[in-house]
Amino acid sequence: MAQKKPNSPKPPTRAPERIRSNRDLREFQRLMMQAVTRPLGPGDRMKRTWEDGRATKEVVGTFSRDNDRMSGVERLEIYNRMYWFRTLDSLYEDLPGLRAVLGERVFMRLIETYLVKVPSRSYTLRDLPSRLEEFIRANRKLTAPHTSLAADMVAFEWSQIECFDGATRPIMTPNDLADTPPAKLKMDLQPQLRLLVLRYPVDDYAMALKENGMRAEASNAVESASATSRPTKRVRRPKPKRTYLAVHRHEGSLYFKSLELASYRMLTAIREGKTLPQAVAAAGPRVSATKVQEWFTNWMHLGWFCLRK
Amino acid sequence: MPANEFNGYHDYGLGLGLRVPHYNHILEQKPVCDWFEIISESFMVDGGRPLEVLDEILEQYRVVQHGVSLYFGSTDKPDRAHLKRLKALVKRTNTPWLSDHLCWGSVDGTYSHDLLPMPYTFASAKRTAEKIKMVRDFLEVPICVENVSSYAAFHQSEMTEWEFLSEVVERADCGILLDVNNIYVSSKNHDFDPYDYLNEVPHHRVGQMHIAGHTKFEKYLLDTHDHPVLDPVWKLYDHATKLCGVTATLLEWDDKIPSFDEVHHEALKANEFIDGAKKAQQSKTADARA
Repeated sequence: MAQKKPNSPKPPTRAPERIRSNRDLREFQRLMMQAVTRPLGPGDRMKRTWEDGRATKEVVGTFSRDNDRMSGVERLEIYNRMYWFRTLDSLYEDLPGLRAVLGERVFMRLIETYLVKVPSRSYTLRDLPSRLEEFIRANRKLTAPHTSLAADMVAFEWSQIECFDGATRPIMTPNDLADTPPAKLKMDLQPQLRLLVLRYPVDDYAMALKENGMRAEASNAVESASATSRPTKRVRRPKPKRTYLAVHRHEGSLYFKSLELASYRMLTAIREGKTLPQAVAAAGPRVSATKVQEWFTNWMHLGWFCLRK
Repeated sequence: MPANEFNGYHDYGLGLGLRVPHYNHILEQKPVCDWFEIISESFMVDGGRPLEVLDEILEQYRVVQHGVSLYFGSTDKPDRAHLKRLKALVKRTNTPWLSDHLCWGSVDGTYSHDLLPMPYTFASAKRTAEKIKMVRDFLEVPICVENVSSYAAFHQSEMTEWEFLSEVVERADCGILLDVNNIYVSSKNHDFDPYDYLNEVPHHRVGQMHIAGHTKFEKYLLDTHDHPVLDPVWKLYDHATKLCGVTATLLEWDDKIPSFDEVHHEALKANEFIDGAKKAQQSKTADARA
């Protein structure tokens, strides 16, 4: 995984003495951003030493002023602490399943490293976990020996975040089906629907955690930070089992539904733009027409289909 | 000012921030409230519950958009995709004006998710004003910029915060969302007189005001929005209302949020000062006639 920040030149070693141009302002902001987003030191204080070995106060002192109560470093430390508290809290709230997989200590080390290596590229905290699965797979030591389970859990939790506020298009009706021959019907899956193929049954694990009071509901809106209680008893990590899942939204609530390999293939084919007969064929020769009809009826009932744009 | 070009000539009263814990109460009880302020970013999504709630609110109430991520002071160019998303929301809400902060928060496409203070320089003011104009031209809605609370001050600054705010809004020809609590918090953190701030900003550009609670620490004040409004802030609000006229005002309460009724009750305390400002205005008008 490429972890180098795109378009992120090396920050300056000191702030410009005067800001007379946009370039000066950019240099100022690069240095201050580095100071604000550096990992905290012991006691959640700003680290005393800069990356190049100089004292932090020497670098920060090129722009942040003392007052009669606080040094320039202490004043900037307020922002440094707020950055970490805000971003860590957001990931902590949004990833209860990953916390359960890894335990608090490993989880915190992982997300701190993630935020340093893959800083936010989005205006919204909602998107913070968007590249975490990739990061976990590329940095296996951070989550060993539970890397695959951790990556699956993040994929599952991120899919819920995406599904929560994903788009819904007008639902395909039986009339749409009746009006067009199946081979010509351009159908699609609802954009909010997410299909996952996983090595672990993280859905069952998440349900078990929920029953133990780990989590009341998906916490994925910007404003939906909810209190998180501790599990009442330890839930065992699941054993590997190939799992096909649909994560979907119905009447404002999130659901996940186990799929068979054949039904997963059929839905994937529809998402890829295949016609209905092609999608049925993708399910494989061993699937009976009765089974396909049963699935299809259920999916229509759940409103999973729309017409392709 | 009560109704001016910077708030789309709308004379709104006392508003509240629309927050998740109050959704059910508002949708079920439909309490009387002049208007709601929404955080734009919470609704810049493709679908789901946030937009369903918003649409229900829009059927009953007036809504004004307030943002936290335009970062007018960042040197990065405005992100066109972001602006398109924001404009779609502007069309949906029909917001008469839109506000965001006089701050920066991203550089080279990396985000701090914070409202970071600007160095108060003429070059920064020029760049910030250009960006505000770009955003306003794209969104086609009046813009008010909000003064932020801050904890750091910079050697590079060439003027006071209120001079910087004035410089920016005059250059951009935009409005001010005057956050009275932020002025108070910053005045304590930077040792200036908050009344100097209020007296010196261009009052005719004030399109909206914010009031909120804050928290006192040993060496500084923190803008926490988790308390009722404190007395010194009400006094500043009183002064601001007399200077600027009765202006659309919003109570911010974003953490440890109590019941809707409690938040609303706190906001309605502003009426006491609004009545005082109206009387002052009436006697001023009478004196002028005499």
